[in-house]
Amino acid sequence: MLVSVRISSALAAFAVALTTATAALADAPERVVSINLCTDQLGLLLAAPGQLVSVSRLAHDPDSSAMAEAARALPTNGSRAEEVYLLNPDLVLAGTFTDPATVQMLRGLGIRVELFAPATALSDVRDRLAQMGAALGQQDEAARMIADFDAALNDLGDAPATRPRAAIYYVNSYTSGDRTLAGDILRMAGFDNVATEAGLSDGGTLPLEQLVMLAPDVIVTGRDYPGQARAEDVLGHPALRALQDTAVAGSLTDQDWICGTPAVLNAVREMRALRLHLEAAG
Amino acid sequence: MRLAALLLALVAVLFAGSLLSGPLPVSAGQALVALFGNDGTPLAVVMREIRLPRALLAVMIGASLGLSGAAMQGFLRNPLAEPGLIGVSGAAALGAVLALQTGLAASFALALPLSALGMAVVAVLLILMLAGPRGASITLILAGIAISALAGALTSLVLNLSPNPFAAADIVFWMMGSLADRSFTHVWLALPFMLVGWALLAGLGRGLDALTLGEDAAQAMGVRLPRLRLALILGTAASVGAATAVAGAIGFVGLVVPHLLRPFVGGRPSALLWASALGGAAMVLAADIAVREIFPTRDLKLGVLMALVGAPLFLHLIYKTRKELP
Repeated sequence: MLVSVRISSALAAFAVALTTATAALADAPERVVSINLCTDQLGLLLAAPGQLVSVSRLAHDPDSSAMAEAARALPTNGSRAEEVYLLNPDLVLAGTFTDPATVQMLRGLGIRVELFAPATALSDVRDRLAQMGAALGQQDEAARMIADFDAALNDLGDAPATRPRAAIYYVNSYTSGDRTLAGDILRMAGFDNVATEAGLSDGGTLPLEQLVMLAPDVIVTGRDYPGQARAEDVLGHPALRALQDTAVAGSLTDQDWICGTPAVLNAVREMRALRLHLEAAG
Repeated sequence: MRLAALLLALVAVLFAGSLLSGPLPVSAGQALVALFGNDGTPLAVVMREIRLPRALLAVMIGASLGLSGAAMQGFLRNPLAEPGLIGVSGAAALGAVLALQTGLAASFALALPLSALGMAVVAVLLILMLAGPRGASITLILAGIAISALAGALTSLVLNLSPNPFAAADIVFWMMGSLADRSFTHVWLALPFMLVGWALLAGLGRGLDALTLGEDAAQAMGVRLPRLRLALILGTAASVGAATAVAGAIGFVGLVVPHLLRPFVGGRPSALLWASALGGAAMVLAADIAVREIFPTRDLKLGVLMALVGAPLFLHLIYKTRKELP
């Protein structure tokens, strides 16, 4: 009895020592369903083939998803409990802002639900990758991806001689401050955010008049949505073009800016290129 | 004439007040320099491109609504007739939303006011048809409720079907109206239609005065009623349609203003026309200053403020005229 226990524990220790990956895969979830745009992309990056069985509907929308191409191989779900339950998952990936009723319902049905907080800084990308790696049993892959991300971010982190003042301006006069992912992208790319001067470090409504008076060097406007809405009119207001020393860079905040995935590197590169372009233009 | 001078002075003071109100405190001197200096400073941009068109639109829209209200009340001889309440503004909003969401307005700028005008004509025609020549209160109000409800529902439907994620939030704007962040584009878009509408409505004065004696007497005095009606329909639709196309449906202006001014003009409809145009301009200017002073960073809708003032008055008027209700 004692011997057999010893042998089995020794075997177990041997197995773990031999390959942690195999051990991890042994209790890794086999049918994973993602119901949030950002967990869709993290899941697509890290899941083993066949492990992720469904993504949310937005994942297929190239305007919102940085991985729409990769997502197209998987069927979508409408993020509701009933639909997700029928997919028979052993793990559901959701955001902390996913409808709590959906999460409660799924947990009540005995399904494991892993919640991911939205990223509010570039450094959050590392944490989300690590969290997703752990949830999917892909720790090694996640560690490799984090190292790549750190290296790429490091390459982009040159200190510019002058930091131009920029404003991010979305529909409904909304702006992103320093303590947001978009604000951190801007900071990393070598800009100062005028939202901070206006006391909006977390982001908020910046009236058009106030934006004009701040007279930033560049105004980065949000993406253009299909169809028409009055909320978007403010982005085309003649006052923005009437400012003499302000460049208006349109429709830059796209799918790369939304989620805390390595795609944010593209956003940083794009903004950095804009800064270098502005410097060259004088 | 003293009333005219008083109202003009009031409009001028409120116009200046409108130019000086906003999220940034600006002194009158600075504002004046920025307004006429055109030196390209941020303040000049704020004054010339943001505040000036906003104040101008408040005057134009207020005048349109006040004038239309006075004209409709004169023609129907009923103090409850008002473009917002009887569904003309709501229908115009539907026309504007249709032009925007079908993409017509993007390919052809005038499609926006034209479409609003078209739907406003339909609404005025329906009202006149349903309310009859005397404009009995009960039919007028019931027809107005039905047209407003239908136009509002269709506006909501169109906006909910839009692929734009922000379109549904626009429902509040189209139902309540706002002048936030409007520009000179909107001034030039609305002004030609309003000028035509004002001219048509201003020409109604003599006919409306004659109508106070009854239709037969008016006809005996040489007033041609079909022509009067046509001018009223087109004039109201043009001015209210253009106003709604750029600022959404702002209710109660055409109800409150003629009611307040009627005693000062001796109940003469012709005098009430110009007085209500000036009064309407003053009222919308004042309301637009108030929404910016109450919530500087939020877009409080003009219609909310107007309804808070107008609805109690509306109830009072219904109470007063209830004797004619069955």
